[in-house]
Amino acid sequence: MLWEALTLQAGYNAALVAVGAGLLGTAAGAAGTFLFLRKRALVSDAISHATLPGVALAFMVMVAFGGDGRWLPGLLLGSALSAGLGLLAVQWISDRTRLNEDAAIGAILSSFFGLGVVLLTVIQTMSSGRQAGIEDFLLGATAGMLMSEATTIAVGGGLAVAATLLLRRPMTVVAFDPGYAAASGIDVRRIDLATMALVLAVTIIGLKVVGLILIVALLIIPPVAARFWSERAGHVATIAGVIGGVSGYLGAAISASAPDLPTGPIVVLVAFAVFCLSLAFAPGRGVLAAFLRHRRFQRRVHLRQGLLALAQGQPVLERYTLRLLARAGLARGDGVPTEAGRAQAARALRDEARWSEARKLHAHETAAGRYDGLTPIEAVLTPDEIRELDRRIGAPHAVTP
Amino acid sequence: MKAIKLAASEGRAVHPAGEGALVVRGLTVSYGEAPAVFSADLTVPEGSMTAIVGPNGAGKSTLLKAALGVTPRLSGQAHFFGEPLGQVRRRVAYVPQRASVDWDFPTRVLDVVLMGLWRDLGLLRPVRARHRQAALDALARVGMADLSDRQIGQLSGGQQQRVFLARSLAQGADLYLLDEPFAGVDAATERAIIDVLKALRDEGRTVVAVHHDLSTVADYFDRVALMNVRVITEGPVADAFTREALQEAYGGRLATVQIDQLRLGAT
Amino acid sequence: MSDFVVLSLVPMGIGAFAAVACALPGNFLILRRQALIGDAISHVVLPGIVAAFLVTGTVAALPMLAGAAGAAVVAVLLIEAIRRLGRIEPGAAMGVVFTAMFAGGVLLLERSDTSSVHLDVEHALYGNLESLIWLDATGWSSLLDSEALVGLPPELLRTAVACGAMILFVALLWRPLKISTFDEGYARSLGVRTVPLGLALVVAAAVAAVAAFDAVGSILVIAMFICPPATARLMTNRLERQVLLSAVIAAVAALAGYVFAGYGPLWLGRADAVSAAGMIATISGLMLGVACVAAPHRRRAGEPAAG
Repeated sequence: MLWEALTLQAGYNAALVAVGAGLLGTAAGAAGTFLFLRKRALVSDAISHATLPGVALAFMVMVAFGGDGRWLPGLLLGSALSAGLGLLAVQWISDRTRLNEDAAIGAILSSFFGLGVVLLTVIQTMSSGRQAGIEDFLLGATAGMLMSEATTIAVGGGLAVAATLLLRRPMTVVAFDPGYAAASGIDVRRIDLATMALVLAVTIIGLKVVGLILIVALLIIPPVAARFWSERAGHVATIAGVIGGVSGYLGAAISASAPDLPTGPIVVLVAFAVFCLSLAFAPGRGVLAAFLRHRRFQRRVHLRQGLLALAQGQPVLERYTLRLLARAGLARGDGVPTEAGRAQAARALRDEARWSEARKLHAHETAAGRYDGLTPIEAVLTPDEIRELDRRIGAPHAVTP
Repeated sequence: MKAIKLAASEGRAVHPAGEGALVVRGLTVSYGEAPAVFSADLTVPEGSMTAIVGPNGAGKSTLLKAALGVTPRLSGQAHFFGEPLGQVRRRVAYVPQRASVDWDFPTRVLDVVLMGLWRDLGLLRPVRARHRQAALDALARVGMADLSDRQIGQLSGGQQQRVFLARSLAQGADLYLLDEPFAGVDAATERAIIDVLKALRDEGRTVVAVHHDLSTVADYFDRVALMNVRVITEGPVADAFTREALQEAYGGRLATVQIDQLRLGAT
Repeated sequence: MSDFVVLSLVPMGIGAFAAVACALPGNFLILRRQALIGDAISHVVLPGIVAAFLVTGTVAALPMLAGAAGAAVVAVLLIEAIRRLGRIEPGAAMGVVFTAMFAGGVLLLERSDTSSVHLDVEHALYGNLESLIWLDATGWSSLLDSEALVGLPPELLRTAVACGAMILFVALLWRPLKISTFDEGYARSLGVRTVPLGLALVVAAAVAAVAAFDAVGSILVIAMFICPPATARLMTNRLERQVLLSAVIAAVAALAGYVFAGYGPLWLGRADAVSAAGMIATISGLMLGVACVAAPHRRRAGEPAAG
């Protein structure tokens, strides 16, 4: 079953949904990246929760005009209107009052959602059973989806991907450095607005697939996961798009392969699994790599400090330093340096002296700025320059124990 | 052998606890992969007034924060009056950078100064008239007595700095560690603050301040520590505030012309 | 009048206790820019209760509460871990954790047989305030009748205890909370252990959320963490007054919301009540909205006061 779903052979509807979810994930990952890099990831939470009253009102309006109330484009239009209103309210509160954006987000998402719940209970009393389609918007439901709905999602997802591709350059510049973007003639406000519109669009399209509570996950998890793999905004967006796309496609396919596997949660959990792998194992920013690097770094700092203490005949005060020195054969357990220890200590002290001299010279200003107590001066100056430094310091001398 | 000046190498091994109001040994702090402060040694004698000076990003504030345990350190030790900080917190007052807090916080000037009495008040002891009086006295010393009821968000930069100083005065400490106390304040405030600090020194208390204005070092302080990731030199201004040390701390950033205009120590 | 005691008195009490319990720690969360920790906590309550149900096989109150509290603590620790280890900004770290845990909860719920018990997503979101009626009551005199008092819904006692615990928490730790919220570095130099204190605040918030959610639902929990303290912040510039005001506002929103939900539709000529939790959240949002345009201290310091 899973194989068929993965290869789009589990029925036309399932295939459309899988493709739609993949496109949706791609657009969400890429658009979410710009939100994440602007440190506004949770604005999406306010947007998504604020869709509920719009959906409910649209349903009530359509019923009032004699319709069925469950016509998807109508519901999505309603949700877009109220989500847009919620977004404006968040901006207004954080711009015009002393409340911070996070408080504004929490206030808007809870009160809009509360209103939505009130309206849902009103709909429940209008005529029993007819609200069934609306509660799907909470958690998403792709099972038993109408073909027209699946088509809407696939087309919407495609449009969102296209819009992201179109806007990716200015959005990258703005996300990376708004000041520079403004200086180079990009209208930061307009780009921010476009980013928000894109996020809004992704949210609306995602309502039916993953639901309004979990669509936030598609906008946040792929960018955060992608961040571990690259330091460049453009690459992060691309990687996030891929992660989101794979999560959406895989999630929808897995969900179609068996009953009781709701699409939204599966999509989110696939993305979360990718995140966990990235957090743990990504080179550079991954936890494992960082931990190893930190240990190595701490060892180097302690060794260097220990050597300098030896070189100047001072006692080594910290036990960890002493242990490192002893393990490297540079000192005995009681802190007395060995032959090799004396030699290395002299070298470390000489290095410090060269750095110290280099700092006084204008010619080496840039190089001297790289001093961090660990980098040997050979890494930044040529042998000729070092010889010149030595000449200024005076004849080389050994450190006597 | 030409003197290679590594602060602690002034010819004698210093006992770890050491003497003096603040003794820092081998302090290294790193944010990420490069040390912000590397193996820093600092000795502040009691009753002295010390400036910590160096270019931007030299780790001056970090040194203070790490000594106080506000920022975690990678290695090294700090002793206050010969003891670890935990034993003598009452005697040590810290004045953070003004910009490090949210001045929109809902509170009044007097409440901020009362925070300095935390060690006396503890969790539940009520604020009595004498506590209030101590806070008002501290405000009076910095010329802010009439603003004790003011909402802190309405203060100017100089007034904010005075409130922070008053909070540490209310503590009645023996050692004052100030992070950039003159940053972004008006001339009158700078004058008022330095007067208070000098008065503290004259009472036998100890003052350490992160400072960035080289032209006032010799006027304001009697000791100086020049640093750039390491402590390059420390000592009485007359000995340590030299052309050579400045050039080493600042490199080419400090033109010879500028150095010539400074009141230096030994020339 | 006896109808009121039977049907409305207890839910109103529960709503008010729950609202105040959440609003108190909410004040500090807002000032620390951690408002959305409340959002995260209330989302992970669902996986917590589902996990508790799968482990114990019952929907008894205690295991549910333990499960929810456990999930809240796990979520907070995960958020901290991701923030520190992965160097990810707190908002995004929260977004990753609570959505993933919520998704896990929904999936577990769908995969397990919960048809026999009252356990579903809607319940966790909206609560069931309206159904917490006092069947043993016959009128106001029942308040003195020990037999009738035994029949009070347990949620009333639970939320009242939570409310009392939050009052105690804030009162006891008032000074360190205030100092470390305003100036963390200075607090540390004084010897205040700011990291455990921050964790204690979040755990207190989790306790309030857990005690409240089962009666009033997650959505109301978020609203009460944020809206009343935010409204109070705009009304005063003193922390003491802000915290007191936030409690009053929370209680007023709870009572007014319950009344509007129950009787509002009748006034509009409709027969059926609407969701009380939803209405309380809406009212608290409206109160904040009014404060945003009219409260005396709505502007940041330094901005013109009028206009």
